[in-house]
Amino acid sequence: MLVVTVTTQSGQRRAPKAAKTSSVFKKVVMAVSGIILVLYLIAHMIGNLKAFAGAEEFNHYSEWLRTIGNPALPGATALWIIRIVLLVAVAAHIWAAVSLWRQAKRARPQGYVTKKANAQSYASRTMRWGGVIIAAFVIWHLLDLTWGTVNSDDSSPFGRVIASFSNPVSVAFYTIAVVLVGMHLRHGIWSATQTLGQSNRRREVTVNYAATAIATVLTLGFLLTPFAVLFGIIE
Amino acid sequence: MTMTEDGPRAATAPHEERTMRITLRVWRQENAASPGKMVSYRLDDVSPDMSFLEMLDVLNEQLIMEGQDPVAFDHDCREGICGMCGVMINGRAHGNGMHDGAVQTTTCQLHMRSFKDGDTIDVEPWRATAFPVIKDLAVDRRAFDRIIQAGGYISVPTGTAPEAHATPVPKKDADNAFDAATCIGCGACVAACPNASSMLFTAAKVTHLGLLPQGQPERDDRVVNMVAQQDREGFGGCTNIGECSAACPKGISMETISRLNHDLLGALRAGARPKS
Ligand code: HEM
Ligand code: SF4
Ligand code: FES
Repeated sequence: MLVVTVTTQSGQRRAPKAAKTSSVFKKVVMAVSGIILVLYLIAHMIGNLKAFAGAEEFNHYSEWLRTIGNPALPGATALWIIRIVLLVAVAAHIWAAVSLWRQAKRARPQGYVTKKANAQSYASRTMRWGGVIIAAFVIWHLLDLTWGTVNSDDSSPFGRVIASFSNPVSVAFYTIAVVLVGMHLRHGIWSATQTLGQSNRRREVTVNYAATAIATVLTLGFLLTPFAVLFGIIE
Repeated sequence: MTMTEDGPRAATAPHEERTMRITLRVWRQENAASPGKMVSYRLDDVSPDMSFLEMLDVLNEQLIMEGQDPVAFDHDCREGICGMCGVMINGRAHGNGMHDGAVQTTTCQLHMRSFKDGDTIDVEPWRATAFPVIKDLAVDRRAFDRIIQAGGYISVPTGTAPEAHATPVPKKDADNAFDAATCIGCGACVAACPNASSMLFTAAKVTHLGLLPQGQPERDDRVVNMVAQQDREGFGGCTNIGECSAACPKGISMETISRLNHDLLGALRAGARPKS
């Protein structure tokens, strides 16, 4: 008989650290904040498609966003309410994600030497790192198109869109991020349905089709504008 | 010798002549506190008809003959109903995906004919903070017992058995409760889960008892306390990946997890809070 030592790893030790907040509560926070973000994304995608209507329409739409509710609400009040809700949703979502990520690390500090997946989808496997990339993208995206800090044209919202998406590198980065969002939602929508206790064996197929459909429509919808600019359809 | 139309033929069944050579890489670990390592062993005489556990028995006989420490592994019924025998085989809980046919089952029901002559097979214990290794492949799954103690029971009056037909149960509920009740507490769901979450196990128990009339009085307390206990044990949180259900020898469905979440949200709204 031959005896060969293959790997050496430290032993497992129990570290029962009492969870202060229920793991399910964190998931509910993730699901509710995620749904708020999905609803926002749907509105945002429709808004972006206004770019096809031309510079004037698009800039006008941008102006309208800043005056929603006027004159009942002064200035950009409504826009700021939306921004604060989104900010809180993003903060809550990231808090829950990081917290569950760390809980998972604590729950299995020592991994398997060999581990094979039977069921997990690529989308479900990329939720965490994909989420981190999406967060980085969102920051760049705001600097680029909202504040124009990293944009070469700062004349108008439409001008910034044209300047950004005429650059293939920018479109490539945007595409990667949007595809990641699509995958995130492919798993996220199904996961949120489970988390909120709304799934069952009969609905499971429908929920999964719906998740794929929403994710696909959002992905394509978001990609339409930058590619139209890149190929000169919008100018 | 037996005579056939074609003439004399050897009476031995053809498969008895076939034995397999298997290289095992087994996780060896003295106790929970000591480091472990993978150790390779060669077995030259494995029958394809052996179960995986019988193959490990052969390895252990060989080790004992050589004066070495046999590999510790858990087992009891060896018929797929007690839930003791779980190990990771080639990175899959109970070696699932390798069984003959489509039926998903336990390590004791996996046969060596699912492998090929010359294969190298990795065998590891379940890995989770809440399931510390006792020795080699044997892990301490008492965390599951404590989850059960936290709420996996019903209160029944003692005395004469009640009339069986006094409490009607809709067929659909009875079927779903029974499906959930087939969970044998093996821990494959935890082992396979990328988050090391015990959600499928707990959800199976919550579903099983929560669907039946006898489970109603404690329904709200049950779900909040069992979830609180699984968090306290150091299991991870569920992110609905689905590895658990795919690894489960009893095919417990993801639907049970949704039902647990539904019950939990309802219980919290109704004011149920976990016992601290
Ligand atoms: C900012 C960076 C983000 C991070 C780090 C992040 C991370 C995560 C993680 C780790 C999950 C749980 C995965 C799982 O259940 O397996 C999740 C779920 C989810 N995410 Fe995100 N995400 C981010 C952004 C977004 C955005 C922008 C949206 C919406 C447009 C979104 C929508 C959702 C939804 C709907 C869920 C499902 C909730 C649930 O699992 O119950 N996420 N996210
Ligand atoms: S749910 Fe399935 S995998 Fe998990 S303990 Fe029960 S029988 Fe084992
Ligand atoms: S030994 Fe009982 S299930 Fe395998």
